Amino acid sequence: MIRSEILKEIAPILRDHLVVCNIGLPSQELHMIDDQPTNFYMLGTMGLSSSIGFGLALAQDKTVISIDGDGSVLTNLGTLPTIANNETDNYILLIIDNGSYGSTGDQPTYAGKKTSLSAVATACGCDTVIEVQDKDLGPVLQSAIDSKKMTVIVCKCDSGNIKLPVITMDPVVIRDRFMKAVQA
Amino acid sequence: MNIDKKITDDLVANDVSFVTTVPCKQLAGVIDEIDARDEIFHIPSNKEDEGMGLCAGAFMGGKRPAIIMQNTAIGVTINTLATLIQYYRMPLPMLISYRGELREPVACQVEMAVHTKALLAEMKIPTYHFHHQKDVEELDAILKYTFMCNKPVAILTDANFWGGYGDQ
Repeated sequence: MIRSEILKEIAPILRDHLVVCNIGLPSQELHMIDDQPTNFYMLGTMGLSSSIGFGLALAQDKTVISIDGDGSVLTNLGTLPTIANNETDNYILLIIDNGSYGSTGDQPTYAGKKTSLSAVATACGCDTVIEVQDKDLGPVLQSAIDSKKMTVIVCKCDSGNIKLPVITMDPVVIRDRFMKAVQA
Repeated sequence: MNIDKKITDDLVANDVSFVTTVPCKQLAGVIDEIDARDEIFHIPSNKEDEGMGLCAGAFMGGKRPAIIMQNTAIGVTINTLATLIQYYRMPLPMLISYRGELREPVACQVEMAVHTKALLAEMKIPTYHFHHQKDVEELDAILKYTFMCNKPVAILTDANFWGGYGDQ
């Protein structure tokens, strides 16, 4: 499965929760598949989906899911020790690991080679780290949400992209709509 | 006057309850004070752009955030300031240790100091420079201004403000 197929499959699970979605194609795909006020789309700033979602989880009680990529996590590896050492049980980091920089032309990442992001997360001190194959993600994500335990999920999948439009919504509108959904 | 306490009191009085820090020798006292205060959740970050991501999330979660860092971090965070904090219009007080100014003992710090104000000006970031201890009296107004206009605002605090480097 490629990332857009995974997002399509988990969209009904994501819909009920606050989602911070990674820059580029992941946000464009989620926006096209199931646009929700509870989605925060990153239009720039590669690497910070985990940090934004984690700050949000620390600031309020609702469950937050950060959708990140292997390339983006590699950009901001320092995020994993911060998450591990400030545990909050309303936070799930979902790393869609397709072993490539999808938005820039599928150049390979080191996570697709020798580096295991689940091993890195564990070494950083994250207590619950689950590596899962794409087709099995849905139930794993749902049970992570239900467990109310901070979880890092590394979902291994194929690289590949679909053609789709950029998000034209104004960033302040995205932010304002999202903040209202957070407070609702 | 205890500057560390005064700064922390002003943060608390302005309802700043989420503070991330990347340390600097000059900021050690204020970081300790923030860490000790129940009203503030203190989360150290490994890099300043990561810290700004945390602050952006905390703001959207209903908290008033702040970041404490060195001026070298301006070189690290230009993209995050432009594409996250400014693009989504979020408030972010940045209490910055202005290394490389008068009474600086480490020559390399000067190399970023000479760019600091130019970079902040280029980014159109409102910038205040605390050089004398009494300058801290403006902090309360600066914090109110930051949360009024929803912008990142820089507060540069140099060695003279902090009373030098001990025996330097």
